[in-house]
Amino acid sequence: MTDTTRNFVYFGFIAALIIGTGLMTSWNLAITIVNFGLISAIMALGVNLQWGFAGLFNVGIMGFVALGGLAAVLVSMPPEPEAWSAGGLRVVTALVLGAATIVGAILAYNALPKGRLRTIVMLVILVAGFFIYRAVFDSGVAAVEAVNPANAGYLGGLNPHGKEWGWITIIAWPVGGLLAAGAAWIIGKTALGLRSDYLAIATLGIAEIIIAILKNEDWLARGVKNVVGLPRPAPYEIELQNSATFVERASGLGIDPVTASTLWVKTIYAGLFTVVLLILFILAQRALNSPWGRMMRAIRDNEVAAEAMGKDVTARHLQIFVLGSAICGIAGAMMTTLDGQLTPGTYQPLRFTFLIWVMVIVGGSGNNLGAVLGGFLIWWLWVMVEPIGLWVMQVITSGMAEGFWLREHLLDSAAHMRLLTMGVVLLLVLRFSPRGLIPER
Amino acid sequence: MDLLNAFITLSNFVLIPAIAYGSQLALGALGVTLIYGILRFSNFAHGDTMAFGTMATILITWGFQAAGISAGPLPTALLALPFGIAVCALFVLATDRGVYRFYRGQKAKPIIFVMVSLGVMFIMNGLVRFIIGPDDQRFSDGERFIISVREFKALTGLKEGLAIKTTQGLTVITAVIVVALLFYFLNRTRTGKSMRAYSDNEDLALLSGINPERVVMVTWLIVAALATVAGVLYGLDKSFKPFVYFQLLLPIFASAIVGGLGNPLGAIAGGFTIAFSEVMITYAWKKVAGYALPEVLEPAGLAQLLSTDYKFAVSFVILLIVLLFKPTGLFAGKSV
Repeated sequence: MTDTTRNFVYFGFIAALIIGTGLMTSWNLAITIVNFGLISAIMALGVNLQWGFAGLFNVGIMGFVALGGLAAVLVSMPPEPEAWSAGGLRVVTALVLGAATIVGAILAYNALPKGRLRTIVMLVILVAGFFIYRAVFDSGVAAVEAVNPANAGYLGGLNPHGKEWGWITIIAWPVGGLLAAGAAWIIGKTALGLRSDYLAIATLGIAEIIIAILKNEDWLARGVKNVVGLPRPAPYEIELQNSATFVERASGLGIDPVTASTLWVKTIYAGLFTVVLLILFILAQRALNSPWGRMMRAIRDNEVAAEAMGKDVTARHLQIFVLGSAICGIAGAMMTTLDGQLTPGTYQPLRFTFLIWVMVIVGGSGNNLGAVLGGFLIWWLWVMVEPIGLWVMQVITSGMAEGFWLREHLLDSAAHMRLLTMGVVLLLVLRFSPRGLIPER
Repeated sequence: MDLLNAFITLSNFVLIPAIAYGSQLALGALGVTLIYGILRFSNFAHGDTMAFGTMATILITWGFQAAGISAGPLPTALLALPFGIAVCALFVLATDRGVYRFYRGQKAKPIIFVMVSLGVMFIMNGLVRFIIGPDDQRFSDGERFIISVREFKALTGLKEGLAIKTTQGLTVITAVIVVALLFYFLNRTRTGKSMRAYSDNEDLALLSGINPERVVMVTWLIVAALATVAGVLYGLDKSFKPFVYFQLLLPIFASAIVGGLGNPLGAIAGGFTIAFSEVMITYAWKKVAGYALPEVLEPAGLAQLLSTDYKFAVSFVILLIVLLFKPTGLFAGKSV
């Protein structure tokens, strides 16, 4: 069996799984799986860039995804003029001051000779800067959050026309990539060039911190109060249901208008996401086969030899780390667009970081097609494990008496089958097929 | 100015909680650092190993409570602890047999081990949620306080009270005993010496006839014990919630790295460094400052540097600073 036929078989299998889901349960679920599968595939492409090309171990994907979601809010929501006039300027000034403090400290560190003087100057700049920053920042935040806290209480976004300008959300996707890239640059600058585990731990940390910021900084994106009703690039279901032509067309196909409208909206999203995935896939594929991609793999396989050939290993690592994180940010912005809301409380590392890792490893690290395959396959599994687990539990417990504690417990715990299954899948693949379903060529 | 009251307030809200938390972190970081020293990888499953051991202990505690066995004023969990350690040790040894040993045989790169430990983490996390559920569990019983605020005030006649929870006292005492035992073991016994030799130079240790599988097995046993003790103490002091244990991974790693990965002494120093910074930076200093400073200087606000929600940020920033300026940690651990 050649590679191409094998790949066809794999993707045919995925298509069969999704169509099967559609036939057995509902088409709505099937197309939801496709949409999230597309997003997962993009995240997996980003991680594959870092791990498959360069051997960088990033366990902060959740943070970059969340930053993408933040970008979706900041770009697509209408601004809150009252909040801006109340304290917006102070908040922005404070942020600029904070940044200036850090830049000042770095400049002082570079400018002064090593010694006690440098340490003292740096500490003075940092401490003084921090207190000035807090003084300006706290009053500004209090003023912003006091404005209409039930519905707003934050600065809003940059979209001047609200829901009429739904297309602006698409601009948020690359912006999400930029935000994620910025965070990745800071992390990469400190942790790259040290031993490989350090990057893992540093990224684990930054992800937790980004989530903490999103949860607590209400002025930014309302924190755990969530931003709901993001403007969106696709039409609203209710508009479709009210449009005579759409209802006519739906009934022509024999579907009732409500189902048809949800399906149609999701199909539009699927189309948009497919375009993004294709663009990123083609770019990643070009990168993999370019001299740059070969250099990356050379660095991955033998850093010492690559360094001896005059390659700047740390700089190249930083480059690819930023690129990969940016792709995760894009996917995060897309996901928030699809959800129509930013809910910082729902970001969990197991779902947004480690699941993506399972996708990359299972699909085949170092192979873009593999990452895409893993994205779809594992996402399908993640969604379907719960009903399948419940079914298995029902079969196991069918012999037990009604109300028996073990039976109740097993049925209640079926929801936790997901993590277990993912762990087992990851370990099995790492052990018996470490190169994944579609190995690197 | 009232320095005595200031000191009591400081002890009550900063020193005592930070010492207890620091002991818990130190025990956790010791586990991470031992795995790093002997098996040479960062074990991402450590937080969940702690959760697993704690879960086993909680289940046994409940059994004891139902059977009417108690430890008097001390929490019943102390009686259950050895059994919890045994269960955790069995599980950890099984994962080593089933999972890690294969990669040791292959001489896989450390990063592969880290990935494998991710898989183990998933499984442990899933098992814990499966068995005991994802919710909060409280399992401390017995006397709540060694000395409560009211008793302290009556005793000393001071305006401010000082409370020491039983769990806090217990944490520190247990930690001291465990660390003393560990250091005795590492420095004085034959097996401990062979472990250090293996950690220093694998090839040389093999040449001198040290059995690597035995060293690895002993390491896992010690790690299981350390993780279970750390987890149970943390659970007694606060409460048991699987997700929180996963999140502890960050301060624990930060402690181990700040102290110098692979260096047990460093792990302890790192644990206290992280704990004290976390508590001191997220504490509202208004009350202490009110006592300690002359009235003119009294702060108007809460004098809190960061809100408690950002306690992870503290350990993270310390981690970054150490990585930037002293990547091998304060106590020169291994690098690369």
